[in-house]
Parts: sequence; structure tokens; C-alpha cells
Amino acid sequence: MKEEQSNSIVSGSEALIRSLVAEGVDTMFGYPGGAIMPVFDALYDHRDKVKHVLVRHEQAAVHAAQGYARVSQKVGVALVTSGPGATNTITGLTDAMMDSTPLVVISGQVASSLLGSDAFQEADVIGITQPVTKWAYQVRRVEDIPWAISRAFYIARSGRPGPVVIDIAKDAQVNKCEFKYEKTTFLRSYYPVPHPDKEKIAEAAKIINEAKRPFALVGQGVVLGKAETELKLFLEKSGIPFASTLLGLSAMNSDHPLNTGMLGMHGNIGPNINTNSCDVLIAIGMRFDDRVTGNLNSYAKQAKIIHFDIDPGEIDKNVKTTVKVLGNAKTTLSMITELINSNNHNDWLNKFREYDKIEYDKVIKQELFPENGGQIKMGEVVHKVTEATGNKAICVNDVGQHQMISSRYFKFTQSRSLVTSGGLGTMGFGLPAAIGAKYGAPDRTVCVFVGDGGLQMTMHEFGTILETGVDVKIILLNNNYLGMVRQWQELFFEERYSETHLKNPDFIKVADAYNIAGRIVTERAELDDAIQEMLNHKGSFLLEVVVETKGMVYPMVPAGGSVTDVMVGKGEKV
Amino acid sequence: MSNKTLYTITIFSENAVGVLNQITTIFTRRQLNIETLSVSPSALEGIHKFTITTFAEDESVAKKIVRQIDKRVDILKAFYNTDDDLVYQELALYKLSTEKVMEHGSVEYLIRKYNIRVLEVTEDNIVFLKAGHYEETQGLFEELAEKIGVLQFVRSGRIAITKSKIERLSDILAEREALGHCEQQL
Repeated sequence: MKEEQSNSIVSGSEALIRSLVAEGVDTMFGYPGGAIMPVFDALYDHRDKVKHVLVRHEQAAVHAAQGYARVSQKVGVALVTSGPGATNTITGLTDAMMDSTPLVVISGQVASSLLGSDAFQEADVIGITQPVTKWAYQVRRVEDIPWAISRAFYIARSGRPGPVVIDIAKDAQVNKCEFKYEKTTFLRSYYPVPHPDKEKIAEAAKIINEAKRPFALVGQGVVLGKAETELKLFLEKSGIPFASTLLGLSAMNSDHPLNTGMLGMHGNIGPNINTNSCDVLIAIGMRFDDRVTGNLNSYAKQAKIIHFDIDPGEIDKNVKTTVKVLGNAKTTLSMITELINSNNHNDWLNKFREYDKIEYDKVIKQELFPENGGQIKMGEVVHKVTEATGNKAICVNDVGQHQMISSRYFKFTQSRSLVTSGGLGTMGFGLPAAIGAKYGAPDRTVCVFVGDGGLQMTMHEFGTILETGVDVKIILLNNNYLGMVRQWQELFFEERYSETHLKNPDFIKVADAYNIAGRIVTERAELDDAIQEMLNHKGSFLLEVVVETKGMVYPMVPAGGSVTDVMVGKGEKV
Repeated sequence: MSNKTLYTITIFSENAVGVLNQITTIFTRRQLNIETLSVSPSALEGIHKFTITTFAEDESVAKKIVRQIDKRVDILKAFYNTDDDLVYQELALYKLSTEKVMEHGSVEYLIRKYNIRVLEVTEDNIVFLKAGHYEETQGLFEELAEKIGVLQFVRSGRIAITKSKIERLSDILAEREALGHCEQQL
């Protein structure tokens, strides 16, 4: 147990900042307001230690903290005021809860004497945030601030990570206390990392050793548990083909020989169809989201299912498991690797490669290398961008068609390289998350793919770019539609395009108003040059590419369909 | 309701503000009604015990709710049982008009039949207490309502104890303490 002692009597705000420093916080995202002013005042004295990024909306502060946390292995921190400041964080908190992102969001609150009286800018922040956070706590007494912050960081980052809210009454920020900080390492009511059960691991190893057609599903749990190396050793020793969930994508290299691609509604054909052909399904740090499983009644019914997870609440939640392996993936994977036989499953792997050929001919070829001219495809833009960065950049995206396309076609060569809103599917996530990601990984190129719809949900963050000079490469794939909704209208609503066409502003002019360089591309021939200009530009850059108006994302497993019901075109099944 | 089973969910929590809200949101998300609720300090200092009954389609639903409750940070332990596993009890209070009771005549047979305790007798009112299962407290209510009239009636939530030898909370806590402090992941 580490202890930092200081005899000085300090204000609650000073104690808060010192507590954050004690937790290793050097960057946070926020927006001031009445009930948090004492904290911002204390922050003024610590500008050398803690960088505060002034966003333009509290929702963006949380998304930026998410982007920061996702790429950096650190806890993202946001600082907001009471009432509307706090309620504006709800979307980001929910997003972080769904995607297990460690955050500490600190909100100001009215003075404790006013609580419950409908005071100016009062909101029941704890009541509102409890359902969408891992923990939410209100501090009313100054002496509780270091204690609450210590717990908050412990809870946010341990076990299955998640967002924590600390709501601090204004009088607690102002009153004085003795500052004494102790890191939390144990709470009797909280058991974050279950102890691995050797018997279960042996049972799982036996099933894996006897498997003829084993298939592994890689989720974000591998990344959160820092188990990428252990996963690689496990997969390579066992020779098991694998696919990733959206959030698990960069845990393994895109071009690893055993990598069969992405799972889910817009995932690759092979992994989806072969889910129902494998004899053993090994889920590692993933939660069988409905976008992955499709109809549960026809999902992997033939297979024995082994589920590795840190969260007992995920076991049997959606898919009934044969063997559960609880614990941190880093520990459990290395334990099981010792028990499994060296093997290869090349014939089985070829079953995936056969589908890859079909997918290439039916979908990928036209998307990445269109031969007959026509409008620019989203896929070819993503392909050119990832190639131009040597497949080394961080890919951030917003939500919709471009999200699926960029997640499908961006190539990953290191972990923590995809920042996306998976569980909640939050439009407006991309731009602020990209800003946060750049602070979390300042040495890496951050490319954010956005659509014309999502960009306008948080376009005010151009202001944060102007203010800070942060360098993010914004690739706007503009089809003047809410493309994914339009796609569903085309496929399932008889082409009745209700409220999905957008009359858009001149995005380049808007960017210019914020002193962000930009270029619009309408012709395919200009694309390479424009991408180079963007990547060579010092500072943020908006590359707007006018893409196919009615582009479609294929393959597609329709909502509620079986994983074997894969569409590769309108009315065309595999 | 007919093909649903009544589950009794027992929860031990830290005595923190807002725990009930954390629990009820889990029921709300699955559109489950809380039939009865009883909260009180447990035998262990600083730890509160919740006893909740709810109807669920099948055991897997009860299991999922309990796991989702159990993983909340402020919850020490949650589990579920069906009636067969439990000794359980509810309390009911009945306020009657003294005048109406007098008009009715002897109530000795009622007191013996239902094992009623008389808590209070004033010029105006008489208060009965009955402990028992729902059917028993309800049976008395119906009989009193028909024969004498009931001015006020209140029934508590269920409290329950398991019949089997189960792990005690104190053992679970000792085990966790023994497993030691969690190495932080990040």
C-alpha cells in the first residue's frame, strides 16, 4: 500500500488535484462552470503537472477521455460542472459502460446544504448515473475527497473496467482538510478478478485438444487484460483459426495467418458461417453481443462452448457455455497454453479461406478496387489511407456505414489501434474520441473516419482543435445521407427514405473558420495526392471525400437473422 | 403469472446511499416487478440485507439478475432461492373498530384459529398482528373484512432463511480477504 503524506491543510479542490496526481493523471478533459469553479481554480496552480483540455461540450469531454483511455492503458478523466454539465456526460458514460472503458468523471454539485432543494444547476447525478456506471458516489464532506478518488480509480481500472462518477458538493471543494492519500487495493464488497479454477482450465484444454474444428472469438477483454502476447502464443500453439469482435480487432495483427477477420453483422463471411460449422467455440473476453450472434436460437448450437471472461455476469447471459473459465485472460490463457497440444488445423482454416475468395469476388474487389469508374467508394478511401500510413495509424471512427467500412478495411499492426463506439453505437463519438486518442498516443498518427451525419453531432469540437492545436486527420466520407439508416430503408423499408437525406453545409468552409486546413475530393484521381497532403500537413486536416451516394455495406447478416444468412448484395445470399 | 415461479432474492450490501436504486434498475431493465421487499441491518455490522421476491419465467432469469446485482461494487453477495429451499415469513397488522368488534361478540375463536396476537386495545381501535405466509395473512384479512370490517391493513415484505447449510457471508468475506488484494490491471 502506497502512502503519500503531507501535513499541510488544504482545500478540498487542492486535495482533489493532488489525489489525481497521485493516481498518475497528467491529462484530463473538461469544461468549467459554477459548481466546479473551486477545482478549476486549484488546477490553475498545477498546470505544469496536469494538462487540461478545454472541450466545447461535456459530451465531448467524456468521449475524449474514452479515446484517451482506449489507446493509452490509462484511466480517462473528465471534469465537469453540476446540472447540465453532468447530464451532458450521460451518453459518454453509457458508451464507456457498454465498452468497458476505464473513466473517472468528476462533476461539481451544489453545496450540500442545498441538496434536494431544486437548487440552481442541481441534478440528481448519482440517481441518473448509477444505471450507466460501474460506481457513482457523492462526496459531501471534504475529508472524503482523497478516499473517494482512490476508490474511483481502483474501481474504474480493475477487473472489467468501466466508468465511475464522483460528484462533489461545492462546500466540500472549498472546505479544508488534511491531505493524506492512500491507494485502494481491496474492497470487501468487490471481487474484480476471479481466481482461475484449474479444473475448469484442464476441462477446457481437454475439449480443445480433442477438437477437430475449433474456432476462437477474440474480444476486447484480451486488450483490456493486456493479454495480446498470451493470446498469440495460445493461438499459434493450438493452430486455432480466430476472428475478432469489433472491439477486439487490433488485439492481433490483421494479416496474422490464423486471422479470419471480423465477426458480426458486417463481419466477414467465413467467421460468421463457420460459427455454425465448428465443433468447439472458444470465446475470449467477449460478450456474445446480438450484433455478433444474430439469432441466438440458431447460433453455434452444434458446438461445445468455452467462455473465458473476467466478469461472471457474462457467463450464460446470452449463450449457454459448456465450460466457463473465469479470470484475467492474461493468466487463464497462459495456463491453458501449457495444457494444450501443438497442433494445426489447416484443412479447417481453408474452409474460411474459401469464403474469403467469395467475399473478395462479391464484395471486396468492387469496394477497394473499383474498375468501372463511377463514384468513389468508401472502402477504397479507407484502403488508401491505411496503406499510406503503413498500417501503423490509430483508426478512430464514428457510427454508421463508414464505421463498418473503416473497421473492415483498416489494417492493424499493433494493439489499441481501433477506437470505436461498439456497444452503444454513439453518433458524434468519433471527432472528440480522436482528439482524446491523440493525447493518449501523441507519437502516433490518428485518423478519424466520420460521416456527414455524425460529424455534425460534435462538430463543435473543431473549437477544441483550434484551441489546442491537436493533430488529428479527419476523413469525412460524405454521401449526404445517414447512410446506414438509408441502407436499411433500401433493404427493409421499401426504399422509403424517410428523413435520411441531409442538406449539408460546406464542411471545408466550416473547418476553415476554425483554422483547420482541408481539401475536398470528388474525383478518384485526386485521392492519393489528397491523402498525402493530409498526412504531410502539420496539424489537423479535414479531408472530405464525396463518396457514392447510395453505397451499401456488405456482407450483412440482417438483424435477427442467423449467422449463416449472409447477404452479399441486395437479395443475394452466399 | 400462472406459469411463473416466485424467486426470493437475498442480497447483502454495504450500508451505502443509493444501493436500492442500483438494485431496482436491474429489475426495471428486465421489466420485472418487485413483489415484496424487506431491508434491514444484517448480523454483521455495517452490512445490510435485502430480501426481494419477484416472479420470473425461469431459473435462468433469476440467475442472470442475481449475477448482475452481484457485480455491483457495493453489493457483497446476492443469491436466489425458491420457496422449497426456504423458511419464510411475513407479518401483517390489522386495525379494527373496537365498537364493531364488540358488536360482533366473541373473537376468541378467531384468535385461536389464526394464532393472532393482540397488540393494542383502545376505546376506538383494536390492533391484531398475524405472522405467516401470504395465504395465511390474506385469509385472516378476508375473514375479518367480511365479519367485522378492517379499518387499516398492512403486510410486510417477506423475510427468509435457507433450510440448507449454505456458506455464511462471513466465510465468503474471510475467503476474499485471504485471497488478497487485487493487482491492478492497468
